[in-house]
Amino acid sequence: MLTELGHFTLVLALFVAALQSVIPLVGAHKSWSGWMAMAGPAAKIQLLLIGFSFAALTHAFVTSDFSLKLVVENSHTLKPLIYKISGVWGNHEGSLLLWTLILALYGALVAWFGGNLPDRLRARVLAVQAMIAVAFILFMLLTSNPFLRLAVPPFNGQDLNPLLQDPGLAFHPPFLYLGYVGMSMPFSFAVAALLEGRVDAAWGRWVRPWTLAAWMFLSVGIALGSWWAYYELGWGGFWFWDPVENASFMPWLIGSALLHSAIVVEKRESLKAWTILLAILAFGFSLIGTFIVRSGVITSVHAFASDPDRGMFILVILGIFMGGALTLFTARAGTMEAKGVFSTVSRESGLVLNNLLLTVSCFVVFIGTIWPLIAEIVWNRTLSVGAPFFNAAFTPFMIGIALALPIGGLIPWKRAELGRALRTLRGALVLAVALGALVWAMQSGRSALGPIGVGLATWVGAGVLIDLWQRTGRGALGDRFRRLRRLPRADWGKAVAHFGFAVSIFGISAILAWQVEDIRVLREGESYDLGPYTITLQDVREGEGSNYFTTIAEMRVERGGATVTVLHPEKRIYPVAGMPTTEAGIDHGLLRDIYLVIGDAQDGGGYAVRGYIKPFANWIWGGAFLMALGGIISLTDRRYRVAAGAARRAPVVVGAE
Amino acid sequence: MIRALLVMLVLAGPAFAVQPDEILSDPVLEARARDISAGLRCPVCRNESIDDSNASIARDLRLLVRERLQAGDTDAEVSDFVVDRYGEYVLLSPPARGTTLLLWAAGPLLLLGGAGIAALYLRRRRTGPTEPLSDKEKARLDQILKG
Repeated sequence: MLTELGHFTLVLALFVAALQSVIPLVGAHKSWSGWMAMAGPAAKIQLLLIGFSFAALTHAFVTSDFSLKLVVENSHTLKPLIYKISGVWGNHEGSLLLWTLILALYGALVAWFGGNLPDRLRARVLAVQAMIAVAFILFMLLTSNPFLRLAVPPFNGQDLNPLLQDPGLAFHPPFLYLGYVGMSMPFSFAVAALLEGRVDAAWGRWVRPWTLAAWMFLSVGIALGSWWAYYELGWGGFWFWDPVENASFMPWLIGSALLHSAIVVEKRESLKAWTILLAILAFGFSLIGTFIVRSGVITSVHAFASDPDRGMFILVILGIFMGGALTLFTARAGTMEAKGVFSTVSRESGLVLNNLLLTVSCFVVFIGTIWPLIAEIVWNRTLSVGAPFFNAAFTPFMIGIALALPIGGLIPWKRAELGRALRTLRGALVLAVALGALVWAMQSGRSALGPIGVGLATWVGAGVLIDLWQRTGRGALGDRFRRLRRLPRADWGKAVAHFGFAVSIFGISAILAWQVEDIRVLREGESYDLGPYTITLQDVREGEGSNYFTTIAEMRVERGGATVTVLHPEKRIYPVAGMPTTEAGIDHGLLRDIYLVIGDAQDGGGYAVRGYIKPFANWIWGGAFLMALGGIISLTDRRYRVAAGAARRAPVVVGAE
Repeated sequence: MIRALLVMLVLAGPAFAVQPDEILSDPVLEARARDISAGLRCPVCRNESIDDSNASIARDLRLLVRERLQAGDTDAEVSDFVVDRYGEYVLLSPPARGTTLLLWAAGPLLLLGGAGIAALYLRRRRTGPTEPLSDKEKARLDQILKG
């Protein structure tokens, strides 16, 4: 019954969204305030309806209602509760419902917190949001309905893919979707602004927090996915340049560019047309990502509901939204005359360079991802584009960004002198070169990756600190510290995010350059040396979890006779899904992870054992979380909390509503 | 009983990537083998190199690579040997030849083009639109200056 109600509210939501996508738009065009005002309540009702629908599906999963096809295919009575819940979005249909729920959530947030937006703009933004909702609810109802019943319900389900039964992956999709779908907000703002024919500083100020929020969630989502791959897949890889990873990475890159160009719109009223274009593209890449993941045209390790029909439908959605928005863009872009005047060396130019590098790097990822498809269609050649290509073609752009970042972040708006900026950054430069050289001298005959990574990370990190410090002006130390505390949150956000970038650069180059790997056969009681550590395989047992069997090893890690830790790597078997998984034994540390994996029993006795020392592994994700934290800090900046249209009426603190 | 059967079933199934018995005793040769393996795609997998893959064909290919290395082949010869038998599909990084040159050149070309456009834009922004004041604006300016 509840399930049918959920199904019903989803259909209702479709009708509400359809109305919401037309009436406010007409109202905005004709200046009928009543029609425009309809958008807000409609957005809230939409959230309520889809929320109920989602709750109904969750209820079916939690109570193991096996009359529902989706529950049968993705759940099992023995599965722990948290994975019954995460199973709701661990499949194509359910994840789409989450997608639309989040879309409705963003719409309702505009209705709640958009009090400072001009009525016309708000009505148009909500109408565009509703159009996206119509497309995706239709997609769900027509090709991927989560509420289909089975005539003959089985006694039990087929279980969720065991790889997905993991806390890291339970929360990876919601964050990712908050990011993906969040990119629809700048898109809606861009389309609304194009309809309006007006882009000004206020628009930049309205659109930036939404972009920032979406980008932040996307960062966390990507980091969670990467971290999960690291500990779950059994050899500690953290990024594979898989099409589906690229699908989430492309909107992130464009989103990063958009974040930076929106600042130029806000502060200097320049780069308007470009910013609008980026806002459209960011959502475009989100849709392309959805297409790549769900159509199966590009093979990927994330086998996830591959179905040509669904692919076709998404392609149509992509075509309509991108085609429509870009047509509108070409028609209206000319009206967006830039105002600001600035010299070739200036903060503006620095941000243009940032945008250039980010967008081109995104394009490289894009063309690499779809190249196998192009080659097959155009030249009938089957070829692969994998990690070695992306490493070679993408990395130079990141090096470029890292090189330019401290200078671009430091120089003033309008007019700057390169020599002066370099003088300020002298310390960072010397430190970076010195540390790079030191690392080069200390490591013998290995890749240049280590020294370059250390040098770049130091350059960016020290550059951020110098920038922050010199923003406190001159005077006594105490005064400067006091001023440091009073710097705008936006400055702190920028510093934290950029510092996070440096931390990630360091982590990635460290793990690639200095990882120690060892693969061998070990019998119980035997030990071996891994770097400075002595590893002993003490015991191997068979065990049993709620829905799996396990082979669990006890391995002692010692250093200089003292026990560092005892790790328990496992090899699990999920009998219902018929799949093995490896659970690595990891001792996480600030400076290194010790990563042990137990493999098969060997014919001659003993077990295959893999041991790694992963230097500075946690810095990779630590850096990503710092970047997201920088986003949060920036989001709390005073100028976003205070109504942007303050000139027209008294400042209103949005949070107080 | 059923449990034991299941455990056996899975133990007989896929193992993880490089096995201890595959590793060559010569560390230099082994390092080369790992490098080459990381660039070769496992033909039956989705986007995995033979170095990472658990599939049995990946293991066969890893052994083949090591065999060729021991026979004295250079890295390029080993790659070519595998490509001759499995097609260019197995190369994770397609060589920059023929039409694939486009793939490799796309990034740098776009960067150049983008840099060109950006340079033009920046040059234009140096002066910016300086429309002369209209009569109305001039009058207003006078008014302000006097007032």
